[in-house]
Amino acid sequence: MLAFILRRLIQAVIVMLTVGFIAFMLFQYVGDPINSMLGQDATQDQRDALRKDLGLDQPFPVQFARFVGNAAQGDFGFSLRQGRRVSALILERFPATLELATAAALLALAIGVPMGVYAALRRGRFGSQLVMTLSLLGVSLPTFLIGILLILLFSVTLKWLPSFGRGDTVAFGSWTTGLLTADGWKHIVLPAFTLCVFQLALILRLVRAEMLEVLRTDYVKFARARGLHERSVYFGHALKNTLVPVITVTGLQLGSLIAFAVITETVFQWPGMGFLFIQAVKDADVPVMAAYLCLVALIFVVVNLLVDLLYFAVDPRLRLETGATGH
Amino acid sequence: MGSSTAPGRFARWLDSDIWHSFRTSPMAIVAALVAAICVFGSVFAPWVTPHDPFDLATLSLSDARLPPAWMEGGTTKYLLGTDDQGRDILSALFYGARLSLAVGLASVALSVVVGVALGLLSGFVGGHTDAFLMRLCDVMLSFPSILIALLINGVARALWPNAQDTLALGVLTLAIALPGWVHYARTVRGSTLVERNKDYVQAARVIGVAPLRIMFRHVLPNVMGPVLVLATIQVASSILTEATLSFLGVGVPPTSPSLGTLIRNGNDYLFSGDWWITIFPGVMLVLIALSVNLLGDWLRDALNPRLR
Repeated sequence: MLAFILRRLIQAVIVMLTVGFIAFMLFQYVGDPINSMLGQDATQDQRDALRKDLGLDQPFPVQFARFVGNAAQGDFGFSLRQGRRVSALILERFPATLELATAAALLALAIGVPMGVYAALRRGRFGSQLVMTLSLLGVSLPTFLIGILLILLFSVTLKWLPSFGRGDTVAFGSWTTGLLTADGWKHIVLPAFTLCVFQLALILRLVRAEMLEVLRTDYVKFARARGLHERSVYFGHALKNTLVPVITVTGLQLGSLIAFAVITETVFQWPGMGFLFIQAVKDADVPVMAAYLCLVALIFVVVNLLVDLLYFAVDPRLRLETGATGH
Repeated sequence: MGSSTAPGRFARWLDSDIWHSFRTSPMAIVAALVAAICVFGSVFAPWVTPHDPFDLATLSLSDARLPPAWMEGGTTKYLLGTDDQGRDILSALFYGARLSLAVGLASVALSVVVGVALGLLSGFVGGHTDAFLMRLCDVMLSFPSILIALLINGVARALWPNAQDTLALGVLTLAIALPGWVHYARTVRGSTLVERNKDYVQAARVIGVAPLRIMFRHVLPNVMGPVLVLATIQVASSILTEATLSFLGVGVPPTSPSLGTLIRNGNDYLFSGDWWITIFPGVMLVLIALSVNLLGDWLRDALNPRLR
């Protein structure tokens, strides 16, 4: 088990270094950091001084090492457009995105797992067919369209829920949360649901497929033969064994939740990192893009590691087979 | 391949398993019909659409934001209504779908070529090449494609701030294609590893066929099945990615709107109740994506001998 975790850690470091290298290349060859810090009309002497100050006259590996060192401390320099520290900008936006992504993930699990179980148990009946058709639609509908449809229905036509922003937030130091005010809850409903639809459909289909598989196994038959209550067979025995793939997919999808948050945040003008990133792409704001890239990569890597560790908690077989990979 | 005359080949096609499975699957027929109508309408857009939405001479602002024909205030001149500049929605739909399909197909073609070539190479050569390519795939797969596409887009914008429209389209196609090749490379590599050790490949080797020839003439045809299925599904997801990028405002140039751009435009008028500017392009997009996805599903089942 230790060897496995160690190998995963090394892999994670390699991925981070690769992404860091891409970000570094962005800084080096796309947009001139000197220009962005001093402005167009600085003298040559000033430029040279700053170049030396920043270590830009050093050899390539030294510069890269310095970049990695700075990035590890969260220092990505200044935004080209907003003139503020990139770290400050991102820190300000991070809570909003995290809140949205977490809400969406929980929502997807809370709806997806029971509906998947339902679709598996009532296989072939009308209700189950309906659920499956809806889930196919959920996979085919692009996120932004779902958002627009929800806005059209709940904000424009019914006027029940607000369609943009986070509403009232409460600040704890630099951390802001909208989950402590009624207005904040109202504002998160539509974006969180929009964001969760794709994941929801995915989890639902996965749980159904796994349940159908598990229900055919001998131990479920034996559990029934022992006279156990249907409910305890389904939820105590069957569902438990579908959870390994569900955890994997949910974990891996947490990353794409953050990616899709870019779209959801644009539709609902949610003041998160994704909104910041889109603005950076439009304005060719390299430092913000690079910082966002590194942060998302970090989140991905950490989540993947956690998922791997969770395997050991969920699947006792892995604890016995030392050095086993995956599931 | 022995069929000598054209009718013979056609008759054989009618008799084939694939055609039979197509004929007996109502879902596949409906999906194919919808897809065919969309493709036909888009390819021949200049001839089948009632108006030319980009001919400035025929546009008049007095026709702006007219509702569809069946609603109050709508006219039969514009069946699905008009947008904020007085463009006929129905015509703009097909012109938009034309661009969406073009970008989608081009990016899939690009990623198939790159992915299949690298996958064959990886599976056939093995060793360090294989290890390097597969690690590269791992890194690319760990990022959602939409982020990679956005990043490429942003970099291109930083490099060429005053890019021409054609360049923007090229960058967009590339941005969508680049995350896609990984899937083909992995699939093809997997099948190549299996095929490589089969007798027919060994036989070709023994009689001295050049490795490149073995790769492309002998192995390639046998690994194309899954690629075909994957490519069909990727067409749908490429079209959706293009629409998403255009909706976010980093896709096709606004002078030639795709479906995503149309939806983006309409989004500004959602609150004034002009839902048709947004909803019709959205419906068109979903119809295309859904029908292509269903066709892909059917193709996967039809080509899978285990399911027959």
